[in-house]
Amino acid sequence: MNLTLKIWRQENAKAKGRFETYKLENISPDCSFLEMLDILNEQLVNKLAHPVCFDNDCREGICGMCGLYINGRPHGPDDGVTTCQLHMRRFKDGDTIVIEPWRAKPFPIIKDLVVDRSAFDKIIQEGGYISVTTGGVPDGNAIPIPKKNADEAMDSAACIGCGACVAACKNASAMLFVSAKVSQLTLLPQGKPEAAKRVQAMVAKMDELGFGNCTNTYACEAECPKSIKRSNIARMNREFICAKVCSEE
Amino acid sequence: MVTLNSKIPQGPLAEKWTRYKADQKLVNPANKRKLDVIVVGTGLAGASAAASLGALGFNVKIFCISDSPRRAHSIAAQGGINAAKNYPNDGDSIGRLFYDTIKGGDYRAREANVYRLAEVSSNIIDQCVAQGVPFARDYAGMLDNRSFGGAQVSRTFYAKGQTGQQLLLGAYSALSKEIKAGSVKMYHRKEMMDLVVVDGKARGIITRDLQTGKLERWFGHAVIVATGGYGNVYYLSTNAMNSNGSAAWQCYKRGACFANPCYVQIHPTCIPVHGDYQSKLTLMSESLRNDGRIWVPKKKEDAEAIRAGKLKPTDIAEQDRDYYLERRYPAFGNLVPRDIASRAAKERCDAGYGVGSGQAVYLDFKDAIERLGKDKVEARYGNLFQMYEKIVDQNPYQTPMMIYPAVHYTMGGLWVDYELQTTIEGLFAAGEANFSDHGANRLGASALMQGLADGYFVLPYTIQNYLSKEIYNAPIPTTVAEFDMAEQAVREKIQKLMSIKGEKSVDTFQKELGHIMWEYVGMGRTKEGLEKAIPMIQQLRKEFWENVRIVGEENTMNPELEKAIRLSDHLELAELIARDALQREESCGGHFREEHQTEEGEAKRDDEHFMFVGAWEYKGENQEPELHKEDLNYEFIKVQQRNYK
Repeated sequence: MNLTLKIWRQENAKAKGRFETYKLENISPDCSFLEMLDILNEQLVNKLAHPVCFDNDCREGICGMCGLYINGRPHGPDDGVTTCQLHMRRFKDGDTIVIEPWRAKPFPIIKDLVVDRSAFDKIIQEGGYISVTTGGVPDGNAIPIPKKNADEAMDSAACIGCGACVAACKNASAMLFVSAKVSQLTLLPQGKPEAAKRVQAMVAKMDELGFGNCTNTYACEAECPKSIKRSNIARMNREFICAKVCSEE
Repeated sequence: MVTLNSKIPQGPLAEKWTRYKADQKLVNPANKRKLDVIVVGTGLAGASAAASLGALGFNVKIFCISDSPRRAHSIAAQGGINAAKNYPNDGDSIGRLFYDTIKGGDYRAREANVYRLAEVSSNIIDQCVAQGVPFARDYAGMLDNRSFGGAQVSRTFYAKGQTGQQLLLGAYSALSKEIKAGSVKMYHRKEMMDLVVVDGKARGIITRDLQTGKLERWFGHAVIVATGGYGNVYYLSTNAMNSNGSAAWQCYKRGACFANPCYVQIHPTCIPVHGDYQSKLTLMSESLRNDGRIWVPKKKEDAEAIRAGKLKPTDIAEQDRDYYLERRYPAFGNLVPRDIASRAAKERCDAGYGVGSGQAVYLDFKDAIERLGKDKVEARYGNLFQMYEKIVDQNPYQTPMMIYPAVHYTMGGLWVDYELQTTIEGLFAAGEANFSDHGANRLGASALMQGLADGYFVLPYTIQNYLSKEIYNAPIPTTVAEFDMAEQAVREKIQKLMSIKGEKSVDTFQKELGHIMWEYVGMGRTKEGLEKAIPMIQQLRKEFWENVRIVGEENTMNPELEKAIRLSDHLELAELIARDALQREESCGGHFREEHQTEEGEAKRDDEHFMFVGAWEYKGENQEPELHKEDLNYEFIKVQQRNYK
């Protein structure tokens, strides 16, 4: 395959960014998207040009480190996959591919396609956990958990924290990310005691960090590589209202 | 000159850990606040250790190479975590988990460590459940189990095909709680560049900020290295792109012994290599071997026809399929341990029965789908099937998967005693970074168990025994000469790398090293091959230092430089792996020397001469390292040839 790439290049957070155009030839359709970028970088290094910086790690769709805005879609044209799982067979010979970083105010660009997602960690630190310390916990089977709840909690917990939901949202809302964690812990009996406090603290932090609100367009759900459902957002809203109205915390 | 003192407590096996805990020294709460602990790495071992130590009241600093602790490669573990809960009432016990692990490790692990691991395994499950880890449950709401290789009981707990992810997120949540509480300070995108040793004790580290290139100094009364394994020395592996053995290697060069580097696990079920641009290999979970059956064609002409694209696997009649694991190992069948399954696949492919490119075998779910129905198979393995289809573009519900062994895990690592302390006082190693519990071969679902055991339940005790002596020592300022010298050495190394301005990219060298390692220090090793590999590695290292090309600057984000620094360490570590493989004139677990096999092609150990842990001591640049031997004394287990037939 022969391709034209238009890639966002930006030296650092303060520098002005721009698109650069690159031509690539003879790319195998079995090659992954990131391997295609590896090939580009190898060619750039051979020409003594600066390679394109992009975050990536596990390259099997689970660490959440990679995330590119490809032809206007987070993680590209395939549904239910991360950028690293996208393969070139999804493109056609002669295609032009536009590659940008996540664009959202709470995710400032570090360099080229790399953004700073530490805002997600900060939200989790506000209450995305059950406050147990090591040791002194009951037997794993002491509290039976209905299979349905356990399975649903697992579906919410499958979030990989990549930030595609924020990048996809016109408001840069983090509601899908935050609600997935709130849902997981609310669905489990272990998470109940802190539920009211948790949802309020996490939502407050999310707002403080500059993430926008949800206006129900569901672009987040459509682009989530792990198919996290928007029903999580509904559950979080319900939990949040209940906490505000009924809870003393 | 180091001496290896394993510090194994006296007494009967089942009482050692209890006695240790009763006798060890503790640090009182007021003193804990005065003690600084550095943790490097945020995977299962690092995150769980930092969270536990923070909760105890120590001042913890934790360093993460990525943008968030949740990226650590523990996240990619799929299948599950072992624990001797015996919930299914199928005969499991601490003793049996201990026995299976020792046997699975081909009698090359320390009894006392493994017993302790089995002992605390149950606590791990309880801890994770309390954190909200959504393990799979049955219809009564109880925890569900499945089987993994090397066991005849179902003791593996799982969360769909994402167990590692859920356990890591559990540890990450515990860590986040401590960060919020202020007991743990988190530093992301910083990579350890060197260990600082003052008066024989580990006292801190030098890091490089991956965004700015800035070198920084950090003090700790103790340092815990939990930086994972060194599988990426082989270039193509199931490890993440950023996984590396650099931190452990820096510790080695500062005086910590490196144990059993030749014990490298080659995992039998990975998606085969498909092109020279390939950057990594993807694992297909061992749990698939619960229901999938592994086979190749019985007739060579069928295999040839498949390779030529004239026949499809579904065209091969049942009687013309060779389910070679079931044939060779009827008792364990497709669930033999990884080293055995890997070698058996290589044997069939080398004999000309391979499919695909010739370097692949089938993993077939036809019978499982007939027996259980597609829905049930999908519920169990859906995400793995989807992952396979995305990569290979074939539907595993309709046609068998193709798999081939790939480098996956390293049993070797920093030598540690019973307290997980290395040969440098105050330097501890946890998780895959140490060598401690898996002997020559790790069983499936035991890596998660070991990482969390070390972090949650072992280090919080054993490190106190050391820190209790440190309460008299005020923090050392990072302006002392040892910090100056360590930082200066790192700076010089980076400047030297940047100044080479050669012709070949870092990736080119990395791939060349990978080829040498896979060819000569891979699944089948020979004296001749290893003797060839060592000078080849030395030559490549020389060429690297003369001819590597690193574009960009050192004071900005520069992945080329990051890779080059790691590779410079891997080029040294590779040689030690080969040396260790050469000295170990026997076959055991993941280390298979072709000269040493039984008539049936099984690994042939030499217990008389090699029942020891091989711990290497660094002797300086271009000096031969020195091998120290820690004899393994099996007091409680009867050592025998491993038999899965």
